[in-house]
Amino acid sequence: MESASAHFQAKTRWHWLEVVFWLCTLLPFVVTPNYLSLASQIAITALFALSLDLILGYAGIVSLGHAAFFGVGAYAAGLLAKHYWSEPLTGLVVAALIAGLVGYATSHIVVRFRHLALIMLTMGLGLLLHEAANSASALTGGADGLQGFRVPSVLGFKFDMFGRAAYGYSLIVLFLCFLVARRIIHSPFGLALRGIRENATRMPAIGAPSRAHLRKAYTIAAVMAGIAGALLTHTTSTVSLEVLSFGRSADVLVILILGGAGRLYGGIIGAIIYMVARDQFSGANPQYWYFWIGLLLVVVVMFLPNGILGGARALYKKPQ
Amino acid sequence: MLSSLAGVLFDGFAYGMLLFLLSVGLSVTLGMMNFVNLAHCSFAMVGGYATLTLMTRFGWPFLATLPMAFLAGAVISIVLERTLYRRLYRASDLDQCLFTIGIVFISVAVFAWFYTTEQQSVRVPDWLQGAQHVGGMTLANYRVFLIVVGLAITALLVFLVENTRFGARVRAAVDNQRMARGLGIDVDRAFMLTFALGGGLAGLGGALAIQVVGLDPTFALAYLVYVLIVVAVGGLGSIGGSFAAAVVLGISDMAGKYYFPWLGAFLIYLVMVGLLMWRPQGLFGKR
Repeated sequence: MESASAHFQAKTRWHWLEVVFWLCTLLPFVVTPNYLSLASQIAITALFALSLDLILGYAGIVSLGHAAFFGVGAYAAGLLAKHYWSEPLTGLVVAALIAGLVGYATSHIVVRFRHLALIMLTMGLGLLLHEAANSASALTGGADGLQGFRVPSVLGFKFDMFGRAAYGYSLIVLFLCFLVARRIIHSPFGLALRGIRENATRMPAIGAPSRAHLRKAYTIAAVMAGIAGALLTHTTSTVSLEVLSFGRSADVLVILILGGAGRLYGGIIGAIIYMVARDQFSGANPQYWYFWIGLLLVVVVMFLPNGILGGARALYKKPQ
Repeated sequence: MLSSLAGVLFDGFAYGMLLFLLSVGLSVTLGMMNFVNLAHCSFAMVGGYATLTLMTRFGWPFLATLPMAFLAGAVISIVLERTLYRRLYRASDLDQCLFTIGIVFISVAVFAWFYTTEQQSVRVPDWLQGAQHVGGMTLANYRVFLIVVGLAITALLVFLVENTRFGARVRAAVDNQRMARGLGIDVDRAFMLTFALGGGLAGLGGALAIQVVGLDPTFALAYLVYVLIVVAVGGLGSIGGSFAAAVVLGISDMAGKYYFPWLGAFLIYLVMVGLLMWRPQGLFGKR
């Protein structure tokens, strides 16, 4: 019988496919240098999806308002760059802290509810923040968005129209956050989260404080979503009201479900497929793009309950 | 001030009737099967476009199209329930949400394809236009009509649920589904009929809403939030609760737009979050 530490060590070992995957993320620099801006958008969306995966895939908190934290991070970074200083790395830290604070404050509300009330409540909080940012136009620029600032460079690398610095910056931050997330889910704390997802009343009986754990996970997810939002602000030098919209919350959910929730790489795979498809197909009218997203959702729920990664795993396992 | 207050109450009440028609079906079906049907407003949109098409292409009079709007909503909901929804009754909340949001997205795109994304309007008969002046108050004819229709349908629904055999089955299924099955009640059939009735009422609501809020393909998403608020606040499976919640929401939305226009929809969301935190099972919910 293996000891507990041996169990966790075996879990944290890197699979060769993972190494190949992360090496492949460097390919856009050489293969598709004209699409680096898109690649940077993908990395940001992947980080956002990863943050949702922590609470939805691992802790089982269904959120229809996760864009709230993305938006808080984006606006925090934007306001900081506009009124104080435009150095991005410290901006990232400040945005993460503020998003984390908002996340911690709302986590006290969120963990008390389940099922429909939880979905409604997360959606309500998201909409509330969206309306607040819309109304407080003196601070946020309202529906026109926050403009009039520029984040020129990160560590001496200039943000230019080719997006080389933008992609490098987004990718490195994504990778660092991924390492943190990977460490968390393979820790005893991560195991406890999965236990709470499976049975929230039984876990306290074996000594895991459900609500405290859920609050912690929710706050960590909020921090990561805030970092993703701040990345978007830094690489585009604007903040639109759309960062807080319900559509963004729904999109990231679609992305995660498409890739496969509770699988760590699900959000990243989903983000790559979703963003590339949107770039190729959305064309003139976004209304029709939503037709395909709707169809995709219906098909995934009906036939691929564990997303693309879950489906791939099932195919791989079948012959044995 | 006083007459403006009465005006806001009147307009809000009429708006509340509309919200009630749009949401009562969702409340009852959610209470019966715990099925989270976010596509409920798509059924309303189907009713709205049915009225629009019949009036503009075939020249039907407005009133004659209303039963057709009901029928369109009912038929589309029965078809979807029989073919797709029934497979998901045992699925998780998340799967149900995602699936029905998928249906919403598809419906939005399909209606945008056939009817463009423009805001559509219809021409109601002359006697529904204009307004009456009663004691210093201006009562728009169409809103009086809305209130009359809304109250009549509420009375009909209450009678149906309280005094008929079908209503007794529905109440039993909402209260305790397993027990109802055990007593030999065909819950699936009762559910199908309720679902069709709810979809039909939503279709009727969608048709009546054109004159008030216009009609475009984003209707299914824009009013989803309002419908969910009514359901969440009113409590699942409760007609009286939905009625009260719809009236409160209609009046507070009107009052908010009239007295605090700069707040936008902020007030409504604040009320919703507050009420949910205070009573997650809804104001009149049993569970």
